Amino acid sequence: MTDFAGLTSVLGSTLGAWYDFRDLNNLQRLITEWIADWGPDWLASIIAGVLGTLGILGVIGPTLLILIWVERKVIARFQQRYGPNRVGPKGLLQPVADAVKLILKEQLAPRAADKLIFFLPPVLIFVPGVLIWGVLPFGPRMSVADLNVGVLFLLAVSGTTVLVIFMAGWSSNNKYALFGAMRAVAMSISYEVPMVLALLTLVVFSGTMSINGIVEWQQQEDVIFILLFPLSAIAFFFAASAELNRTPADISEAESEIVAGYHTEYSGMRFGLFYAVELGNTLVVSAFIATFFLGGWWLWGLDQWVPSWIILLAKTGAVYFLLIWTRGTLPRLRVDQLMSFCWKALVPATLLFVVVAFVERTLLISEGWDTTVALPIMAVFNIALTLGAIMLFARVSRPAALRRPARIRMAGTEIGGLRAARQVASRTEEPQFQVGGD
Amino acid sequence: MTTADDTQLAMQGTIEALTTGDGSEPVVVNLGPQHPSTHGVFRLKVTLDGEIVQDAEMRIGYLHRSMEKLAEERTYTQNIPFTDRIDYLAAMSNNLAYCLAAEELLGVEVPPRANAIRVMFAELQRVASHAMANGTFINDCGAWHTPLFHMFRDRERVLDMFEMTCGARLTTNYMRIGGVAFDLPDELLPTLEQFLADMPENIANYEALLLENEILHARARGIGLISPEMAINSSLSGPVLRATGVPWDLRKANPYCGYEDYEFDVPVGEQGDCFDRFLVRMAEVKESLKILRQVVDTLPDGPWLADVPLHARPDPGESYARVESPRGELGFYLVSDGGPAPYRFHCRPPSLINLTALKEMSIGGTLADAIVTLGSIDIVVGEIDR
Repeated sequence: MTDFAGLTSVLGSTLGAWYDFRDLNNLQRLITEWIADWGPDWLASIIAGVLGTLGILGVIGPTLLILIWVERKVIARFQQRYGPNRVGPKGLLQPVADAVKLILKEQLAPRAADKLIFFLPPVLIFVPGVLIWGVLPFGPRMSVADLNVGVLFLLAVSGTTVLVIFMAGWSSNNKYALFGAMRAVAMSISYEVPMVLALLTLVVFSGTMSINGIVEWQQQEDVIFILLFPLSAIAFFFAASAELNRTPADISEAESEIVAGYHTEYSGMRFGLFYAVELGNTLVVSAFIATFFLGGWWLWGLDQWVPSWIILLAKTGAVYFLLIWTRGTLPRLRVDQLMSFCWKALVPATLLFVVVAFVERTLLISEGWDTTVALPIMAVFNIALTLGAIMLFARVSRPAALRRPARIRMAGTEIGGLRAARQVASRTEEPQFQVGGD
Repeated sequence: MTTADDTQLAMQGTIEALTTGDGSEPVVVNLGPQHPSTHGVFRLKVTLDGEIVQDAEMRIGYLHRSMEKLAEERTYTQNIPFTDRIDYLAAMSNNLAYCLAAEELLGVEVPPRANAIRVMFAELQRVASHAMANGTFINDCGAWHTPLFHMFRDRERVLDMFEMTCGARLTTNYMRIGGVAFDLPDELLPTLEQFLADMPENIANYEALLLENEILHARARGIGLISPEMAINSSLSGPVLRATGVPWDLRKANPYCGYEDYEFDVPVGEQGDCFDRFLVRMAEVKESLKILRQVVDTLPDGPWLADVPLHARPDPGESYARVESPRGELGFYLVSDGGPAPYRFHCRPPSLINLTALKEMSIGGTLADAIVTLGSIDIVVGEIDR
């Protein structure tokens, strides 16, 4: 905010005024300053908190409705369909119609369900879903709470979701729900580890736990973290998509296996709340990926011309599209495959990069290397290391069944039973089809 | 009605399970009859130890419509629409198998043009059915419907051709005893030509997108294994059998409708796992297109329906005719007592017999593997229950 080159010179007088849309924090600041003039301090902080919460809810509510539409439209395009196009212009009101339908639907509960614990989760799951937005910096000063341990807060809050999911699955008295909950718990706990390690890389390297601090570090050094630590970014992306229950890791609500997983028994708006929070979490995770690895509200000086929150929104949209893309194109992994991928691949790889970050940080600080020279070299080295690690993993971790290619042969004139089968199999010429293998 | 009692009962069961033995008991999970993965009203009762399948029990009969008994009250021609509804994803093949059985009973000679048209529609049906089978298989592997919708494009075009020929898309009722109901409409052949021209590119796209997909490999390779010996002993047929490496295809082994005149090959797999079944189907679509090309090029002129009385009364006797339907060996067994309706009408449904191997294939794997295996067998519940 220090040096507005272009826009500020034109609109210089508006900086800090309530109608300066580049920094919506001004509005809140003016209100709280006004209250502080005549009221007690605690009133000002309460009002500030309420305003921030209302602001967040006011933004994510409508955004979610639009996102449902976007996701359905994009997935539809992947699948060569039109997607919703009946309710409202271009089908834009479809999510509203869906919400109205869900609200009007009867809310059933299984007779043998544990009533209190069954009713709580749809409400409780909203809490971390909203809290997590509090530490997201929309701009240099635009976060509800700019905590100096923002990363810790983020991880702690996102970790509580799994408890709610388990409550839902356990209380439903339904085997599908129980399976879904068990899978969700196992997976969430496992994937927290690479997620934490990926963020630890950034914390170690930038030397701050404040989320805004991490963005500002990227701004100061003129580099985004995905270039410096691509493997951490990939690991974080995959771990986040696993925590979000999206394909290829949507095992806790795998439709073809356990119907809807932990929310199988929830109907009406209770299901709607789960769905909305899931979508909201997807959005917030995209926003955090954009913040941590893509520079957040900063974009090589463009943030001085365009409101920072629009930049963050654009980056979030890009990551969100990536999440839709993986969902639309990839099949689902099995539970044990996901677990082994987490513990055998992501954890060692992210751990390696924590060590790399330590070493490089030491070189920068203790040895006093010039950042303008050292950072590009480190980026190249880390990218090479990432590619090497991925290739090594692909080679080492391949299950035995996948090592030999799948072959399709043509029977030719051989028709019959086992003897003909042996005849065909013993042929030496190239098979018609050969896929996979090393 | 009393909630407290129910809860208490459930609690008691849990407590008993916890206090006896090692404190754990296998969980019995019902997949179906209403379940997203069962492709119809089919119920699979699996006993699970954690995620591992210990036992799988198939419960069928939810779609039983008593077709074999109903058929004994109707004339031979009136029974043709029933066969549509036996395997509703391959109605043409079912029409064909039944008509072949009836023709054998009546001793009817089918005109060459009718035979060519029958081959054409049976192969088109195979393309459509395999598109559905492969699409739903990848769905069962967890893809978000995308491959299914892409393959539905091709199936849709086939169904359009059915519609322009006989007016129906799914339950075609097109074959007749002694030929087919209508001659080909003028617009069919250009449409088919266009279809044959477009398909290689589509198939190349699917192959590029699907065959090297690592997740698909990880999910389907080495899953649902069955040995050729076991497959033959369970009398499996169709792609499920051929995936084990046994080159058994009735179009070659026992040609009908002049299949011996067309040049095509029988693709066989190696391992007998889910992925091989998928690959065999992919390869079979290409072979079907080859046959279609030859049928279009050599389509003879002439009548398309032999002169058979609608109310035929065959001499007492019996007949069995079998065809290679998309799912395997589909046979119809008819017994005549000289009356206008068959004395006995029996169908050998490939889905039912292929399904019997599911238990063998899924025990020891995880629940997710069992679902993928079920998808790879490609069952049609209408055919299982009839």
